[in-house]
Amino acid sequence: MHILRALIRHPSGRIGGAIILLLLIAAICGALGLTPHDPIKAFPPDRLKPPSATYWMGTDLLGRDTASRLMLGIGLSFIVAFASVICATIAGTVIGLFAAWWGRPWDGIFMRTMDVLLAFPAILLALLIISIVGPGPMTSIVAIAIVYTPIFARVVRGPALSLKHREFIDAARTFGSSESYILTRHLLLNLIAPLTVQFTLALAWSLLTEAGLSFLGLGTQPPSPSLGLMLSESRNLMQHAPWLMLFPGLTVMIGVLGFNLTGDALRDILDPRTQERGA
Amino acid sequence: MNHVAQRLLTFPLILWGVSLIVFFSIRLIPGDAITAMLGTEAGLLTPDQRASLARYFGIDQPVHVQYLNWLGGLLHGDLGVSVTFGKPVLDVILQHFPLTLELAILSMIIALVVGVPLGVLAATRNERLSDLVVRILAMLGQSTPNFVLGLLIVFVLSVYFGTVPAMGVFTPITEDLGTNLLQLIFPAITLGFAFAASVMRISRSAMLDVLGDDYVRTAHSKGVSYWGVIWKHALPNALIPVVTISGVEFGYLLGGAVIVEQIFALPGLGRLVLDAVTHRDYALVQGTVLFIAFNFLLVNLIIDLLYVALDPRIRLGNR
Repeated sequence: MHILRALIRHPSGRIGGAIILLLLIAAICGALGLTPHDPIKAFPPDRLKPPSATYWMGTDLLGRDTASRLMLGIGLSFIVAFASVICATIAGTVIGLFAAWWGRPWDGIFMRTMDVLLAFPAILLALLIISIVGPGPMTSIVAIAIVYTPIFARVVRGPALSLKHREFIDAARTFGSSESYILTRHLLLNLIAPLTVQFTLALAWSLLTEAGLSFLGLGTQPPSPSLGLMLSESRNLMQHAPWLMLFPGLTVMIGVLGFNLTGDALRDILDPRTQERGA
Repeated sequence: MNHVAQRLLTFPLILWGVSLIVFFSIRLIPGDAITAMLGTEAGLLTPDQRASLARYFGIDQPVHVQYLNWLGGLLHGDLGVSVTFGKPVLDVILQHFPLTLELAILSMIIALVVGVPLGVLAATRNERLSDLVVRILAMLGQSTPNFVLGLLIVFVLSVYFGTVPAMGVFTPITEDLGTNLLQLIFPAITLGFAFAASVMRISRSAMLDVLGDDYVRTAHSKGVSYWGVIWKHALPNALIPVVTISGVEFGYLLGGAVIVEQIFALPGLGRLVLDAVTHRDYALVQGTVLFIAFNFLLVNLIIDLLYVALDPRIRLGNR
């Protein structure tokens, strides 16, 4: 609770938090069907209408309301972003913790495997996975999760390795605490701070990667809207209907900004060493 | 074991791991390889033709033999044959790589020329208006997806200037420097913007660290001019993390800016992978991904070694 209060007091945290909250509300409304118009059903008589009182963000080539599609798209993009980062956090944490706890040779095997995954640029690894499984939101979740797992493993392994040799861990062992108890109650609890920061920043990257994959036609498939897909669809209509590019583009940008600002604020709050530099 | 030796030893190990992932992931594709390669046309093949093709591509052998053959081929520069291009994969890659390399270099130049001076300016004017402006700019740069910026650039150029960057046919640097730069400058700005933002943040943060060090205070007290201290004493040390981040970003760019190449219709490595995935040209996917990962690892290795050379404080095995 005190982290939330500190986040509200932090200028970047306030702005970032407000952005995320706003987008979440839009996404929830979109998911519950509380949109101004039907986001999927085509309405050709109203095709390519510019923003107006009826259509706040204009309409697309099939006469569908951009604002309604955006609300649904934010939800789909957020689901992929959150699901993939949650999977990456769990997998990375387990790998990092066990690598640090078990030591050699497992540490070497786990971390070199992570190094191998890190040798692929994110979008490329995602493309490789999609070329095997085929496009779609589920594939995007798996691909993005695999891409970001090594980062979480590294974030966890370093501090876990230094914590492993601390006196309180020795004391817990002496008192007969089980291995699982030490790992979850002593090691993991002390890693919540760096994990929280990484989780928030990873959401920004994940949102970007999802939008990028959908933009390439390899993420969410039509007629479901996603931010990247809407941007991709706007390419050929840019000159006649710039609103089709403008609103999804701004939404991705604002969403990434929101997560970046919140991540930075959390880093300031949870790691006071960075506070002085404001880095 | 010292850091340099450790990095040099793990390099081939990781490369081998990469080759395993690339090779076996392609074999995970459901269905047989011939159908995957030829799509619906595979249905027209007679069993004899199918067997002959399987023999030609070496896929009639056990997987581990196929891997060893492929690995052996790799060592001789043989990455297989692209079904789409009807040419050896390595030739296709080398045909597309110069554009990606040039784009990566241009983007890096833009990022460094914009990022370092602004980062230094922000650090020297810490907590003042110019610092705030640079920090906001950096945050915006890091939050703007390159496909949004790329589309915006194309939109502004086409609507307000009545021109679009020449798309489709690419002019190599050796043919016409002017046209080549005109074709690459906007994609390079698109990629360089986020890159510059990272450089800005890192150089500002590193500069702030260095400015608090004793030797900087000593130089000031010895009467060295303010900017003399900044440029001659502080900046060289502050640049070390900038070298690292630039190397990592450069390595990523060498992997091909898939989306930006797609927006500006540039025939680089990124677009090649995307086309290979779309056309299910698996030999090309395999070869290109391996080539990109190799470049990325190599750049990272060079940066690591450079880092040790630049900072004598990094003693062997002390990282």
